[in-house]
Amino acid sequence: MIRDFLKTLVSNRKSLAGICILGFFVMAAVLAPLLAPYAPKEDKTVRIVPIGEAAKTEERIAEEYPSDSEDLLTYRSTTVVEYQKRITYMPLKAKPSPQHPLGTNQAGHDILSQLLYGARVSLSVGLATGLFITLISLTLALLSGYLGGVVDDVISFVTNVMLVIPGLPLMIVIAAYVTMRGVMPIVLILGLTGWPYPTRVLRSQVLTLKNRDFVRVSKALGERTPFVVFREILPNMISIVMAEFFSASMSAILGEATLEFIGLGNVAVVSWGTILYWAQTNGALLSGAWWWFLPPGLCIALVGTSFVLINFAIDEISNPRLRKR
Amino acid sequence: MLLFTLFVALSLNFFLPRLMPGDPARALLAKMDAIQPEQLESIRAAFGLDTKDPLALQYWHYLANTFSGNLGVSFSRFPMPVAQVMRIAVPWTLGLMGLCTIISFILGTLIGVFAAWRRETKLASFSVGFFSFVRSFPYFWLGLVFVYFFSFRLRVFPIGGAYSVDATRGSGSWWLSVLRHGALPALTICVTSMGAWMLTMRNNMINVLAEDYITVALAKGLPLRRIKSLYAAKNAILPSVTGFAMSLGFVVGGGLVTEMVFSYPGVGYMLFQAVNAKDYPLMQAIFLFIATAVLIANFLADIAIMFLDPRVRDGAK
Repeated sequence: MIRDFLKTLVSNRKSLAGICILGFFVMAAVLAPLLAPYAPKEDKTVRIVPIGEAAKTEERIAEEYPSDSEDLLTYRSTTVVEYQKRITYMPLKAKPSPQHPLGTNQAGHDILSQLLYGARVSLSVGLATGLFITLISLTLALLSGYLGGVVDDVISFVTNVMLVIPGLPLMIVIAAYVTMRGVMPIVLILGLTGWPYPTRVLRSQVLTLKNRDFVRVSKALGERTPFVVFREILPNMISIVMAEFFSASMSAILGEATLEFIGLGNVAVVSWGTILYWAQTNGALLSGAWWWFLPPGLCIALVGTSFVLINFAIDEISNPRLRKR
Repeated sequence: MLLFTLFVALSLNFFLPRLMPGDPARALLAKMDAIQPEQLESIRAAFGLDTKDPLALQYWHYLANTFSGNLGVSFSRFPMPVAQVMRIAVPWTLGLMGLCTIISFILGTLIGVFAAWRRETKLASFSVGFFSFVRSFPYFWLGLVFVYFFSFRLRVFPIGGAYSVDATRGSGSWWLSVLRHGALPALTICVTSMGAWMLTMRNNMINVLAEDYITVALAKGLPLRRIKSLYAAKNAILPSVTGFAMSLGFVVGGGLVTEMVFSYPGVGYMLFQAVNAKDYPLMQAIFLFIATAVLIANFLADIAIMFLDPRVRDGAK
């Protein structure tokens, strides 16, 4: 079932493009330590070098004798050698250059490296929250759609109420109360405010499936509820569940970036949202540092677009009317 | 339903700070050194600290206070009452957000109709691609980009604020400055929110165009314009209006963050300041205001549906 679904996804041009973009960012995030020229918060390079006379003598001896010779070791143990820490600071707010392809920020951190490492946080928060929301809403939808009755009344009522309470302000208010700053609170906040819409969509799908003949037959044959739900109904919901997962992940990535931009995330963590936060608080705009605030937003937009493209394809697959004539 | 949702929003306001782990109120108090006794009082009142009253009674007082318009005293703008602080910010937000919502709804819907009606054309498929790309931009980021290009580079529009401080309030040049300051935030909100209306409308319209009655209308040789607007678009817009509720939440949220980027002195920017200053009474009032505004807009959308959809109208009779 899932394999068929994936096969159709890859054969559709739009979703293939979406999968490629998403794949690109996932690879970049996974390979960040290999691809990034610097550590995300590296602001200087430190080398310890001998200086003055000592440096010259050591050089000469090293040339004359093999490196592990007795003489060199005796020399080193008997001579006081002066060493110096040579610290090279990275340039601050530097324009893109060969050393820093996307320039640096106010602390001299390399923006490209920050983007690559930031992709790890932003993508994992987005996808984890997407999964979290999908699980909550699928559970609620199956409970309310399949069981019906009072359970359905209560769940639908709460869903409808939460649906009209604007999400972002609620998120901001909750985040302002939470004294702990970090990634986990953000996932929880986004998850707890993001479930109503997908719940409603999934519930109506459960309702239509519940009254289809094959489900009725299965029930009439005396199949137990778990079998009917998980073997008859759920497999037919895969495409819509996937669609909800991708839209939830997309709004989660946007929501995370927004909360972090406002300063409600952990500003010490490097993610796309916090890069924008630091750019804004350090006046990147007014010093013309485009290399600092343009790339993170573009990354967010591209990942978002990849989710939208995949969802377009899912829509087209499940609704033939939307297909090209 | 409307009143109940309002009630839920009110209750969220009351219970959230009391349910939070780590007790934000005490954490806030611990951080404040030089604190005026009156300020302390306002925080205590907002959180119900040190009161011996049972929770139910506190809740009752809170509801009674809110309905009589007593929202407490702002902590960051002490000793201004929250209601007074809100009165300054609300008109800006209502003006900006109200206008933008109407403009983007109309434009988005029109483009959606076009994209469905002429869907074979390059322009139509381009607009679908363009808007789904734009829709995944973070609102605030697009705002930053606009500020960078139009205000910093080209110097066409001011960088922030809502009006020029030099002009006298109410004069012609003042109104002009209001327009100039509002242009970029408005553009940001319209561009990002138009996509949602446009894509919904396009999908509805495509579904409607596949209905039998459209085929019949075509076969009868009715004028195409008539079919497009009266037969297809009029029916396709219904789900758009019904879906107004959910989309409006997104638009308002985006508008808030846009205000923050442009330092536009509306409710969103005030929320930003309140969050940074940990001004909980003000934050609660802003949340309540936004929730109420969205609920009222929804109520209006429901009434619009009554006029547009004969099925609902007749069912209601």
